[in-house]
Amino acid sequence: MIVGALFLAACFSILVTTTILLVLAKETWGFFQFDEVSLGEFFGGLEWNPLLGAEKHFGIWPLVSGTLLVTAIAASFALPVGLISAIYLSEYASPRVRATLKPALEILAGVPTVVYGFFALTVITPVLQKISPSFGNYNATSAGLATGIMILPIVCSLSEDALRAVPRGLRDGALALGGTRFDVSVKVVVPAALSGIVAAFLLAISRAVGETMIVALAAGGVAQITANPAAEVQTMTAYMVQIFLGDAPAFGVEYKSSYAVAAMLFAMTFLLTMVGQSILRRFREEYD
Amino acid sequence: MAAMRSTASRLLANRAFLLVCLVATNVAMIVLAVLLISIFWQGAETLSWKFITNFASRKPAEAGILAPLMGSVWVCSICGLVALPLGVGTAIYLEEFSKRTRFTRIVQTNIMNLAGVPSIVYGILGLTAFARMFGVFGTNVDDAITLGDEESLFFLRLPFGSSVLAGGLTLMLVILPVVIISTQEALRAVPSSLRSGAFALGATRWQTVWGITLPAAIPGIMTGAILAMSRAIGESAPLLVLGGLLLVFNTPENLMSDFAILPLQIYNWASRPQDEFHAIAASAIIVQLGVLFLFNGIAVFIRQKLQKPLQ
Repeated sequence: MIVGALFLAACFSILVTTTILLVLAKETWGFFQFDEVSLGEFFGGLEWNPLLGAEKHFGIWPLVSGTLLVTAIAASFALPVGLISAIYLSEYASPRVRATLKPALEILAGVPTVVYGFFALTVITPVLQKISPSFGNYNATSAGLATGIMILPIVCSLSEDALRAVPRGLRDGALALGGTRFDVSVKVVVPAALSGIVAAFLLAISRAVGETMIVALAAGGVAQITANPAAEVQTMTAYMVQIFLGDAPAFGVEYKSSYAVAAMLFAMTFLLTMVGQSILRRFREEYD
Repeated sequence: MAAMRSTASRLLANRAFLLVCLVATNVAMIVLAVLLISIFWQGAETLSWKFITNFASRKPAEAGILAPLMGSVWVCSICGLVALPLGVGTAIYLEEFSKRTRFTRIVQTNIMNLAGVPSIVYGILGLTAFARMFGVFGTNVDDAITLGDEESLFFLRLPFGSSVLAGGLTLMLVILPVVIISTQEALRAVPSSLRSGAFALGATRWQTVWGITLPAAIPGIMTGAILAMSRAIGESAPLLVLGGLLLVFNTPENLMSDFAILPLQIYNWASRPQDEFHAIAASAIIVQLGVLFLFNGIAVFIRQKLQKPLQ
């Protein structure tokens, strides 16, 4: 009886995934039934303009490009800083240093993303504007840096787990051969933990791709293809926020387009998670 | 084979790297400090008891966070009441009862994937499954089926609409994978010799789980549960999809009440251009972070005081 109930609980997670897939598939299908939309334009069009203007355009690339720009800025900050912090915590730091750093990272990990959005808007953006007047009130760099701060604890703690899982004997061996701590860390421990580190990176990137409140507050609302970090961009998630905040009449083509964007977002993060999982499974170096 | 670099240059590289390490590690500390200081700087002045006990207002000076605060309490309570039993149950099944079959492997991979799904996608699921119930009860609000007395706590309406119940269940979807994964880790940390001992004494599988494994894993499970709840308190994107930004002037009375939540109130104020609203957004963030630190503090306390090594 109890085992049956527990079994049903385990099945619930399958039910959740199935329902997500069905809902996204059904609504996305409904979106493509509208006359204004075609699969070719959605995947080939370079203009996303569903709300304003006489002619509506539904090409996904401006939103994907905005998402990728913010993610790239976040990653270029968080991945190196997070990995180096992880190496420091696992290879160099004394227990006392760890005891102060770990809680700080845990607090950063727990800060609600809307708070990071507020931080981006009221601190990072004004600082950027002091540095260069080309930054507007909304820009990709501010949102990207705040997202980077958000994923930093994920990168750091997951990479550190991977580094700590490398057995002591490998380090001792390298040290005995005359390696410095730096040699040991970079030439022995990091390569041995590489699969875990890459998986941590991918998970953090997928978090950045799916991040919503920071970009909704700080990145702006202009869907455009650009690599200019000072430009205002709209990400996939920010577009969904715009729609669900009631900028479009429910059940119209604009409203339904948010489901197609959600399906795209789901596909991207799902791919990242799957790749991360399979890297962990396939390339894990096992030491016993 | 690559030429060996001289000892001096290797030692220099070691020194330089240590410096880089210290800089990188301090980035996190400095960011945290700047974040906290800037928010206190902006929000301390407008934070008062009145701010916590007032309802929303168009005038920033009179606005308060009572409704979103209570909304957050309701939504997170419902979320926890459903997510914790369901998540712990799933983890117990996967760790203690299931054999390593294809099915459990699929469930396990699936849970890892669910943990990576962006929270806004859960919002879409919650909107369709809970707020609208796939349209089986019609799409018009007036057609909703009502069960029970509108005055009572257990008043139900189908579909749920953007009610606290729908909100709590949606958040439950978000934190369920987190609860499952942390509980699994806590259960795995219990040495198998304890289980073998119980089996050797003739205990059934369930008796072993209930009498031996679970009590040993409780501190770990509780830490994970508290951290999952602190995630739920801060989560706003899925509830934004569910109900938009509602201006609510009363605290929830039953499961079908409309609700606002604290993070969305912060978003609402932060997204306005005026500085006055930014100030009260910062005040609300102080309250939000206060709750968060309380939760994290309890988790740290449990981890340090209750977790005895079991070897």
